[in-house]
Amino acid sequence: MPHDAEALVVLSRVEKRFGDLVVLRDISFSVARGKTVCIIGPSGSGKSTLLRCVNALVPVSSGSIRIDGIEVNDPALDKIALRRKVGMVFQQYNLFPHRTALQNVMMAPIHVLKQDRREVEERARRLLARVRLADKERAYPGELSGGQQQRVAIARSLAMSPLVMLFDEVTAALDPETKKEVLFTIRELAEDGMTCMIVTHEMGFAREVADHVYFTEKGVIVEHGPPSELLVNPREERTRAFLDQVL
Amino acid sequence: MSELPVLLAPRPLLSGGRDPASGLFNGTVLASVLVALGISITIGAARAQAGVVGAPGVATLLVKWAPLILEGFLFNLLVSVLSMLAGTILGVWLGLTRVSQTAMLRRAASVVIQFFRNAPWLVLLFYCMFLLPFSIALPFATVPLPDVAKAVIGLSLPVMANVAEIVRGGVQSIPLEQWESGEALAFSRRQILWMVILPQCLRRMIPPWMNLYAILTMSTTLISVVGIQDSMTLARAALVAEGRTDLFIPMYLMLLSWFFVYCYPIARWTAVLERRFRVRI
Repeated sequence: MPHDAEALVVLSRVEKRFGDLVVLRDISFSVARGKTVCIIGPSGSGKSTLLRCVNALVPVSSGSIRIDGIEVNDPALDKIALRRKVGMVFQQYNLFPHRTALQNVMMAPIHVLKQDRREVEERARRLLARVRLADKERAYPGELSGGQQQRVAIARSLAMSPLVMLFDEVTAALDPETKKEVLFTIRELAEDGMTCMIVTHEMGFAREVADHVYFTEKGVIVEHGPPSELLVNPREERTRAFLDQVL
Repeated sequence: MSELPVLLAPRPLLSGGRDPASGLFNGTVLASVLVALGISITIGAARAQAGVVGAPGVATLLVKWAPLILEGFLFNLLVSVLSMLAGTILGVWLGLTRVSQTAMLRRAASVVIQFFRNAPWLVLLFYCMFLLPFSIALPFATVPLPDVAKAVIGLSLPVMANVAEIVRGGVQSIPLEQWESGEALAFSRRQILWMVILPQCLRRMIPPWMNLYAILTMSTTLISVVGIQDSMTLARAALVAEGRTDLFIPMYLMLLSWFFVYCYPIARWTAVLERRFRVRI
């Protein structure tokens, strides 16, 4: 496995149990700065849990996750410090419905990073323009389509200037048309050099955007490799069976 | 083929069915009935008295005592506002403790809430009147604790417990994903609570809170039982002073209608807000 000095996220022997149920078993890999990895696999294979462990929404049972020098599996972990470095976008967008699109983007930088309001507002406007929603800054989440809400969620996460972005099946709740807008936005981000960890069921997208793809099943990494190999010519029978099913 | 009678939708017995409007209708009818009853009794009693030479009519007596009893009524309202204020402040704090992350705090808050929600208001009032000291000795001064203050404390306890339940219900009505996305943005739990969760559930909490206030206002007459001079005490005193049995019903009816006039709009407004919030979630 690639363990170069530029690794931003390093997971080693990560295990997660919920009671007797083992959700993640012996997960080890790393993500280099500026690279994009995609995690694919059947539902219930622990992909979402893996992402949630990375930003400490879910504590790991054993093993180590290091992000830019911060050990996540540390009882004295400063979760706030960790989460400043890690952005996350959810399947259900989870925007704050009582705030406008612009306010959603501005809240965390102002209240968490204590940055100057005017500066933040300017940056928030730029971010909304970047996700092509400059004209929607005054809209409330309820007035936006799913794809638009998801792009606001991406802008909101980017406003914290994270080192790495986690995407948890962000297009699973969207129709094919709006899916494209969101995937396009993420691809642009990846091309601009953002480090991304993406859990997705979109194989075409994974092939375009990923530097490395991991196939997980039942909480273990079955196989990994560059998308051109893993998605086209998998070595493992299980990977092939999964790809046959989804493609 | 004819429909099976069992499958037919139940028909409302009266002409009702239009829920909100009929509610308003019922209220108006009730108010008119009350007023009409009051007038007829007053007039009837006045007629009956007319035979007695020199005795003033019931209406005259009501007018004579009204200012004093009104003063008592305003005092009841003052007690209701103070109790609501204290109960709300304590209740918000207790309700937030009830949803704390620390299991022990949660459990302790739950016990307090259950205890004060399920205790009779009058019993709580008695306890406060007789168990609280006359004054509280602080290092720099001795603060007297008049009966009114004790009564306000006594009434604010059940209010506190009910407000805590309203807060708990409101906070728990917001999906957990809101907490998660707040946490992912590096907000602290406290920040999420005050900036994300509470602003969203505030609108839902207002109608039950207003409802509670209306109930409290009517319950303030309990303080007359523990010896505080409120509108009930004054009405009774007036009756004793006049010593006329025919005054009894009109006098209390007058007081009752004041409470009704004060509380009914609150109840209506609550219903309107509830309907509005139900549509817009």
